[in-house]
Amino acid sequence: MQFAFTDEQDQFRSVVRRFLSDKSPTTEVRRLMETTEGFDPAVWRQLAADLALTGIHIPETYGGSGFGPVELGIAMEEQGRALLCAPFFSSCVLSAGAILNAAGEAQKADLLPAIASGQTRAALAVTERNGRWDAAGVQAIGTRTAQGWVVDGVKSFVIDGCTAQMLVVVARAAGSIGASGLSFFLLDPNAAGVTRIPLTTMDATRRQAKIQLERVPAELLGEAGGGGDALSRTFGHAAIALANEMVGGAQALLESAVAYANMRVQFGRAIGSFQAIKHKCADMLLDVELAKSAAYYAAQAAADDDPQMPALASMAKAAAADAYMRAAANTIQIHGGIGFTWDNDTHLWFKRAKSSEVLLGDPNHHRELMLQRLED
Amino acid sequence: MSEVNEREVIAEVRAWLAANWNPDQTLVDWRSKLADAGWGMPHWPEQWHGRGLPVRLLPVINDEFVAAGAVGAAATGPRILASVTLLEHGSDVLKARFLRRILTGEDGWCQLFSEPGSGSDLAGATTRADFDGTQWIVNGQKVWNTSAHHADYGLLVARTDWDAPKHQGLTYFVLDMRQPGVEVLPLKQMNGHASFNQVFFTDAKIPADWIVGTSNNGWPVAMTTLAHERRPATGVTGASTEGRRGRVYEEARIEAEIANEPYRWYPQRAGRVDLVIARAKETGAWTDPVVRQEIAKLLTLARCTNWMARRAAAAHRIGRPQGPEGSLGKLAGSNVARQAAHVHTLISGAEAMLSGKDGPHDGIIAEILVSVPATSIAGGTDEIQRNIIGERVLGLPKEPRSDTGPFRDIRRNT
Repeated sequence: MQFAFTDEQDQFRSVVRRFLSDKSPTTEVRRLMETTEGFDPAVWRQLAADLALTGIHIPETYGGSGFGPVELGIAMEEQGRALLCAPFFSSCVLSAGAILNAAGEAQKADLLPAIASGQTRAALAVTERNGRWDAAGVQAIGTRTAQGWVVDGVKSFVIDGCTAQMLVVVARAAGSIGASGLSFFLLDPNAAGVTRIPLTTMDATRRQAKIQLERVPAELLGEAGGGGDALSRTFGHAAIALANEMVGGAQALLESAVAYANMRVQFGRAIGSFQAIKHKCADMLLDVELAKSAAYYAAQAAADDDPQMPALASMAKAAAADAYMRAAANTIQIHGGIGFTWDNDTHLWFKRAKSSEVLLGDPNHHRELMLQRLED
Repeated sequence: MSEVNEREVIAEVRAWLAANWNPDQTLVDWRSKLADAGWGMPHWPEQWHGRGLPVRLLPVINDEFVAAGAVGAAATGPRILASVTLLEHGSDVLKARFLRRILTGEDGWCQLFSEPGSGSDLAGATTRADFDGTQWIVNGQKVWNTSAHHADYGLLVARTDWDAPKHQGLTYFVLDMRQPGVEVLPLKQMNGHASFNQVFFTDAKIPADWIVGTSNNGWPVAMTTLAHERRPATGVTGASTEGRRGRVYEEARIEAEIANEPYRWYPQRAGRVDLVIARAKETGAWTDPVVRQEIAKLLTLARCTNWMARRAAAAHRIGRPQGPEGSLGKLAGSNVARQAAHVHTLISGAEAMLSGKDGPHDGIIAEILVSVPATSIAGGTDEIQRNIIGERVLGLPKEPRSDTGPFRDIRRNT
């Protein structure tokens, strides 16, 4: 197991960091929060064309750069740090991951290059109004008809669901339960029978949609009923990517809290000289470093195809979510009254932390999963 | 220094071991040979029982000892602290007098730093040493002294100038523990063990030239000792004595047993995360979703702490500076221990009230519960670690000090 990034990985990180600090300052984040699309198509094109970030972890045979989960983790961490508003997680992580795990060879070769190049933005629709992030929560039905497959159901919490140009949907065979009978389908979001309704999200930097599907024609990805394992693998890899994004955000919060504690004067001294503040900052650093350790280790485990990957993904997701949320709450506290204002940037990360805490399952859910998976 | 050829060194140590090592001699005889030949501390200067070899060769030299089944030098625990401090700051007179008998194990040593009135604030020591014209006279009290009850010599930090600022009035001495003015009493801890001592000085005497470093300049010398305390010892540790027959092995085993006795409860102090899953299955707590959450938090904390340490070590290996992040590991260890104690309580239920032979797991669980509080105090409290992290890692400003000016005028414990 590798415990340090290579020089190449460090260089990659600084390239991404430079790009994002240029393209995603909080003034831009705030501007994009007010737009309908929620992202800047020009920046998205540069992200794809100049940095080749959109296909970083997609194999070269499918048009990507062929790097792995560690490089993807770096890209995610830097996006979390800069709070980038872009459909990267929905398209490149969740949807590309679903296609990689579920689709047949010809389908992968057909679909992935456009995602890798950033040309097509896809969204993955699994979760429904019950808010579950597992196979058992899927109630949408995929039916084989004489004219081909059709999908019925209502999906919710679909990240970037309104702006996606392609939908990957998980549905089950009528009468099936649990992980059996699950299939992945490819849908045209503009097809008849698709209704996309934007949800008002607390975190305006990551959009979500409710999607109603009524007898929507669909292409089956992979084999009918064989989607259970693919779903679990897709969510495992996505949890690791999200954990890396979260530690990037937590690090940004820590740095902002420490900078403010150094600058803000009360009672004739910088508030960072008070142990009440200093110790809070020290605890935040420890929290963030521990969470980074989990996120990096899990990414490395995914890269090595370690059989412990699912347990480690859950561990990383839970650790990063808790550390991010605590960092956000502490950063507001250290800023005092100004930290509660809209003009102060802390709430932008606070809201991303809150939505990431729940996205893909909350820390309690993942801790339980981790124990079950450790025993597998 | 000329380039040292690793293969030549290996051949040399192998030949020397072949000619000199055999397990049927006294431990002191064997270690005397090591001290004379310099193979016990090969990275020390040739003049002082070493061979002047680079530290990087220690592992390969040690491998030869292990392969030959040979025992290493005695410089472990408080002895290593004494030897490295003397080597770095001691006069030739002190080095000549003490180093060899440290390496042979003939003399035992202890550290005399902490006091009842100065724990975290070590520089606030009030044990005094006054020069009477021919020798130093020591009065006061030290505490938390491991091995003091069988030490021949102590590393003493005492105040020699009360008008200087507190860090500038301390002197670092070697003190003969076998004298009438020194009284050593065990200090019983809340877990029932007595791993440490209290040492009382009543007109104890120190020869004029038994100063390590210079007079009133003891603080940087004490820092050297403490830096080595936090660092793993380097030297040739040699082969394990386990299950081997021969006089050297038997004597080394007895020595190790005495040296390790104070640390018997240390695994419990760290929380015994290794017991958690088996215990939870044993008591049925494994199926309780609330307990499972706490177990999962503990396992996460423990693994991440381990990975964090490995990340720091990997960064160090590729040449990135390693500094106060050791404080992060120390603080993380406290969190692990506390959470482990919490989890062991949840798992044990009513039995958590019992100890000794009535207590769960032969009393080990009770010992965990009453030993864990030491973790966040010993070796620098959590609060001190947070100050170090806040100031030296994060760059936050220090607190305004109220202990400047002549030491005599500073408020202190009475």
